[in-house]
Amino acid sequence: MKLHEYQAKQLFDQAGIPVPFGVVARTPEEAARCYDTVKQQCRGGEGFICNVKAQLHAGGRGKVGGVVAVRSAAETAKAAAGLLGRRLVTKQTGPDGLPVSSVLIDERSTLARELYVALTIDRFQAQPMILASAKGGMDIEEVAATEPGAIVREAVDLEHGVSDEACARVAKLFELNAAQAATCTQTLRAMWELFRSKDCTLIEINPLGIITDGRMLAVDAKVTLDANALFRHPELAAMRDESQEHPLELKASKIGISYVGLEGNIGCLVNGAGLAMATNDIIKLCGGSPANFLDVGGGANVEQVTNAFSIILADARVKAVLVNIFGGIMRCDWIAEGLLKATAQLEVKLPIIVRLQGTNVEEGRRLLAGAKQLNLISVDELEAAARQVVELAR
Amino acid sequence: MSVLVGKETRVIVQGITGQAGAFHTEKMLEYGTAVVGGVTPGKAGGAVHGVPVFNTVAESVAATKANATVIFVPAKFAYSAVNEAIDAKLPLIVVITEGIPTLDMVRIKRRLGGTSIRLIGPNCPGLITPGACKLGIMPGYIHQPGSIAVLSRSGTLTYDAVYQLTQAGFGQSTCIGIGGDPVIGSGFVDLLPLFERDAQTEAIVLIGEIGGTEEEEAAAYIKAHVKKPVFAFVAGRMAPKEKRMGHAGAIIAGGKGTADEKFAALRAAGVTIIESPAAIGRTVAAVLRGGAEHAKLASGSRRRTPS
Repeated sequence: MKLHEYQAKQLFDQAGIPVPFGVVARTPEEAARCYDTVKQQCRGGEGFICNVKAQLHAGGRGKVGGVVAVRSAAETAKAAAGLLGRRLVTKQTGPDGLPVSSVLIDERSTLARELYVALTIDRFQAQPMILASAKGGMDIEEVAATEPGAIVREAVDLEHGVSDEACARVAKLFELNAAQAATCTQTLRAMWELFRSKDCTLIEINPLGIITDGRMLAVDAKVTLDANALFRHPELAAMRDESQEHPLELKASKIGISYVGLEGNIGCLVNGAGLAMATNDIIKLCGGSPANFLDVGGGANVEQVTNAFSIILADARVKAVLVNIFGGIMRCDWIAEGLLKATAQLEVKLPIIVRLQGTNVEEGRRLLAGAKQLNLISVDELEAAARQVVELAR
Repeated sequence: MSVLVGKETRVIVQGITGQAGAFHTEKMLEYGTAVVGGVTPGKAGGAVHGVPVFNTVAESVAATKANATVIFVPAKFAYSAVNEAIDAKLPLIVVITEGIPTLDMVRIKRRLGGTSIRLIGPNCPGLITPGACKLGIMPGYIHQPGSIAVLSRSGTLTYDAVYQLTQAGFGQSTCIGIGGDPVIGSGFVDLLPLFERDAQTEAIVLIGEIGGTEEEEAAAYIKAHVKKPVFAFVAGRMAPKEKRMGHAGAIIAGGKGTADEKFAALRAAGVTIIESPAAIGRTVAAVLRGGAEHAKLASGSRRRTPS
């Protein structure tokens, strides 16, 4: 589960990671008052500069006007009015963009240097890992691709936390003076404590800024929480902003269906995540383009199949549907019955290719063949089924 | 011979009185698996499908001499269930449970380091040695004893692969679903040596997924250590970046872990690449039956065909 920058910074502040003073606002008027609050708190004078930062679950906002520098309460209100209620499209959001319903107003510092630090789980080593680079500010993935040596990795021990040696190596990489190195060590250890105690999967500070007066600050903040661990953090679960999630994906997730919208026109209904990805792949191999990834789950009962169809068909681009079910414990004849009921109930008119395999497959196929629903076509082989659905979607 | 499980495996089921635990206990018994006990705290003295229920793993092991456990307990309680199994020194722990917090798995992995305990999963279908022992939730009947090993990150896609192999006349030595989570007990690299050593296994089919580096690490290991023919399919070529595709593990982060990268690494290691998920059975058949002649056709295959 992703958090907004302002939420992440609240957690940083509580954990002892230095952040610029900032306040979140949901209306232009509130934003104007926030400017005054920040100015006062920072003992700023006339023309004190703040950032108005659009809050959305995607990076790249700086390049599309999502961060505005302001010098007065009036300017702040104007900048906030320009951002609030808009959908911001960045290179990470997709063409529809994401809605901006809040802005963070914080002190704009002049940065002498921009560093990068992150904490995540190295899956293969099954270990928490610090990633650090002196090349902060820019797209770290570009750095990783073009200059992998510029990123340093430091394992974190579950029990002992971030070692003195690791802190020293990061400070050396960052070329810090003694005071900055102390702040850096404090930041690394606070990051780990936050990561451990809140079940994070990612904490990223980019940039970790050295401002002109020598202080070190987390200028931006990205925190992703482990959705599987939210049961032990109800206060964090309450921070979820559903407006940042794709409406169909959100609707699906609430009923136990895993759905991801794609760009094509062939709806897919599959049981199992791996098989669902493989189904998307084979459609592509056959020259078509899937409209979605959909894993209906292991059960695939009538109710779930009906739910899945209603989600797939909510996408107006869908011209044909491929159902690919491997019946294991759930028998194919039950699945066929479910499909017939669901499509009849929803009055589905689109062509539906059904590929069933597994337990009681003959009976399942017989049921489909005997049904009066002419748009429901049973095809035995996956490749033939994919070719046919691609043809129908043309 | 087989890998990890066989006729001698004596299994307890943790969470046996739950819906999934009870259902699959029955299915495992039907398959001929020696399910000798079950554990649900507070339910000792009862029985599920004739299998005695105990309060703790330690009690069940003492009474039944079990040497493996399969865990169905809900995600919230899975961490302590696994720890209980580790405390009881069970050599094989299979975790079916989905949704275990990642840091819980990191803690478990740390505890397992330096022990000889083998953990499979979580969020996996389990493992099966056809005709001998089924320790998990896969449909038993699609399997057939034979010489092909199947190692997979998926569930139903694995069943499809096994079904294709069986249809093509290739039985399986042992099939293991390693699980779809970011942190898992045993990866491809941990299990490949067992199959390379296993006399019954003549060839290995790997089913990978986007995300992580499991397949890349496997490729490096295969190149250096595996002489048997290896086949591989990786699901998720179509997947967009930064999207979670059902499995927590199936996410391409920052262009890392794409299907194309994984295919390339495996191909470079001499693995026969299976291009389509529908071609798993027929690719194995073509290479193993077609011998050297077909080896030229199958991209990247430079391995000898077993006699």
